[in-house]
Amino acid sequence: MTAESIQAVVFYALGAVIVISCGIVVFARDIVHSVFALFFTLLAVAGLFALLGADFLAVTQVVVYVGGILVLLLFGILLTGRMPLVLGLTTQRTYWLATLAGAVVFAIVLAIVTGNEWAPPGGQTEPQPTVEALGKLLLGRYLFPFEFASLTLLAALIGAAYLVRRDDR
Amino acid sequence: MLEINITHYLVAAVFLFAMGVVACVARRNAIGILIGIELILNAVNVNLVAFSRYWGNLDGQVFAIFVIILAACEAAVALAIIINLFHGYGTVEVDYASRMKE
Repeated sequence: MTAESIQAVVFYALGAVIVISCGIVVFARDIVHSVFALFFTLLAVAGLFALLGADFLAVTQVVVYVGGILVLLLFGILLTGRMPLVLGLTTQRTYWLATLAGAVVFAIVLAIVTGNEWAPPGGQTEPQPTVEALGKLLLGRYLFPFEFASLTLLAALIGAAYLVRRDDR
Repeated sequence: MLEINITHYLVAAVFLFAMGVVACVARRNAIGILIGIELILNAVNVNLVAFSRYWGNLDGQVFAIFVIILAACEAAVALAIIINLFHGYGTVEVDYASRMKE
């Protein structure tokens, strides 16, 4: 097997995982099933990052999304309680309309994506370790946005803690 | 067909984006809508990393890192708002909560 065909096999396997788990995420009746399916979607996206040679981002995806946001979502579900089924069900019609809208969006953007050439021929280089170069970029050219992002994180943290405080004024 | 190029990754991203849009529109549960937004942000990240790879330029990956940071912020604040919504209205169904206001 050549490197290209191995890459193709891995890509289509990840694509299949994304398609199936995404379907469960969107169409599952129970929101908990949806969150557990999201786990596999996020892992498959991390796999795509690894396939694209973005090693640091693949690890970050797993740590931040799977380790952080997914757990946060589960906590949110636990804290807000499960709704009784009558309210939890979306009407069938809404779902059909939404799926139709999604299909239209998919078709339009797909036509744009497949109708154009997006990369320069031969622009693809051999994958290099990205951590060192990314660190230099983050602490060099992107230093100000980087610091600003840390400030945003702090503000979001304080804001979230303030929003959910106990009401004992 | 066997050779994977940038279009394959872009198509995968388009699929993720469309599914995110469907989740945002169809879900009534506020957490379901949040999941849809996360799917859309992931689609953006796949695009950014794919372009970064095929143009041999790391700036796209830096942008993807910032998107991940902002997604984390957004999830934390959105969940705080959802929990507040639940305390105020006793439900996280957005249709129901917006009807309660009247």
